[in-house]
Amino acid sequence: MVDAELSRTIEAVWRIESARLLGGLARMVRDVGLAEDLAQEALVEAVERWPAIGVPKNPGAWLMSVAKNRAVDRLRRQRMQGRKHEELAQNEPRHHVPDPEGALDEDVGDDLLRLLLVACHPVLSAEARVALTLRLLGGLTTEEIARAFLVPEPTIAQRIVRAKRTLAEAKVPFEVPRGPALVERLPSVLEVVYLVFNEGYAATRGDEWVRAELCEEALRLGRILAALVPDEAEVHGLVALMELHASRLRARRGPDGAPILLLDQDRSRWDRLLIHRGLTALARAEALAQLLGPYALQAAIAACHARARRAEETEWPRIVALYDALAEVTQSVVVELNRAVAVAMAFGPAAGLELVDDLRDEPSLRGYHLLPSVRGDLLVKLGRLDEARREFEQAASLTRNERERDLLLSRAAACG
Amino acid sequence: MRVMVMVKATKNSEAGKMPSEELLTAMGKYNEELVKAGVLLAGDGLHPSSRGKRVRFSGGKRQVIDGPFAETKELVAGYWIWQVKSMEEAIEWAKRCPDPMPGEESELEIRPVIEAEDFGDALTPELREKEEAMRREVERRQAKG
Repeated sequence: MVDAELSRTIEAVWRIESARLLGGLARMVRDVGLAEDLAQEALVEAVERWPAIGVPKNPGAWLMSVAKNRAVDRLRRQRMQGRKHEELAQNEPRHHVPDPEGALDEDVGDDLLRLLLVACHPVLSAEARVALTLRLLGGLTTEEIARAFLVPEPTIAQRIVRAKRTLAEAKVPFEVPRGPALVERLPSVLEVVYLVFNEGYAATRGDEWVRAELCEEALRLGRILAALVPDEAEVHGLVALMELHASRLRARRGPDGAPILLLDQDRSRWDRLLIHRGLTALARAEALAQLLGPYALQAAIAACHARARRAEETEWPRIVALYDALAEVTQSVVVELNRAVAVAMAFGPAAGLELVDDLRDEPSLRGYHLLPSVRGDLLVKLGRLDEARREFEQAASLTRNERERDLLLSRAAACG
Repeated sequence: MRVMVMVKATKNSEAGKMPSEELLTAMGKYNEELVKAGVLLAGDGLHPSSRGKRVRFSGGKRQVIDGPFAETKELVAGYWIWQVKSMEEAIEWAKRCPDPMPGEESELEIRPVIEAEDFGDALTPELREKEEAMRREVERRQAKG
């Protein structure tokens, strides 16, 4: 086999096996950092030996057995040290030394979930959780993560090292909480997955290709999570939201790279398979929940757009109702602003403008360019062009995105 | 990237022989693994070609041909749609599949799905719209049926 081909194969094997490998190892050694070292050692050995012996028939088992041997060596060493300590401090109770053989037979799904819950542990900052999750569950290299987030590589490397130290210091147990304890931990996982998705979806900077990869990675994590905790409505809600948004990915940019707004998109370019999956996931969330959570509500709004064959067929009154519920759940003024837009679409620009005006004194929206931008848009529809121009100009001065600034200035100019 | 993975037909699959319970269990486990890896997007098994039809296009004529069809090894007995990072990843997953036709020689065929971008300008907005309308209609009917 040629080297390039083999290294692509190893990369593929790593993508498939690394999270499982890490999960199994972390359960054995009760330390995510150590587990990663062991997994890396196994990978290095594969890179060294596979060119000679060929890719093993069961590469996952091969990697696991190499890593396990290393782990057993280390445990043995620790045990020896433990005994010495014990001899010194005679009455100290025996340390629990996990049995690697027995431990490996447990459920693989649980391993993945444990790993995900640890990587997304609330003791870590959101940034650290994102980096660690991509590293441990996405099998991404530090370099790949750095490239995706447009951050220097050492920054990400440090973030990961620090995150592992924090986990060790906080003595975060490697376990799957059950029932309400598990439910409590999920928001921090969902947040990470959604952050990764949005980094890929919303940002207008950076390499397009890398962006799409981030969306795919987040979708993959979401789908994995939905398979691991199938009874949690909000997990399906988030998956639905991501599938539905991702279905529009290829319609969101014109040939020149300029963004195309939702209502102007060529809907025939939306991805039918993802829409179908999104609607299915949403139906599942709706079946599981008494009251829809914020992700499922946003998914339900996205579904209204997905179901509309043409922009004019959008069910705006239903979207308004969903925003009502979302505003109540999130208490977010940004949601209120979106709701105002939906109200304008459903019941006319005057009704929308009234709501937007109520938000003008909101301190958290000060400096937020979308407020004057939305206001300008509604004023144009009402024929109040002078006021509209001033709003667009103000919005242009507030945005940091160049393409958006151009767009806003041209809209201001169009107001005469 | 998205790939379609086709399970090629065999004498037994064409004869409508149902897989053993053992194989069904193994396949179920494999499918679950694909789901838990976030790889499986869609997939189904197909009835033998004896229940299939062909529409042949020739010089403006359309001729309907009843199954079964002769070239067994070229026929498809089932398919998956997978989301993977590379062809190599698809190959690695395919190698993990339980033998789909025990006792017979069989194949999985992996084909990358053409993304809309690959069409270039051939697919005009008008054509897309038509295609879209058609798909909607199909979905509507499926939802009813």
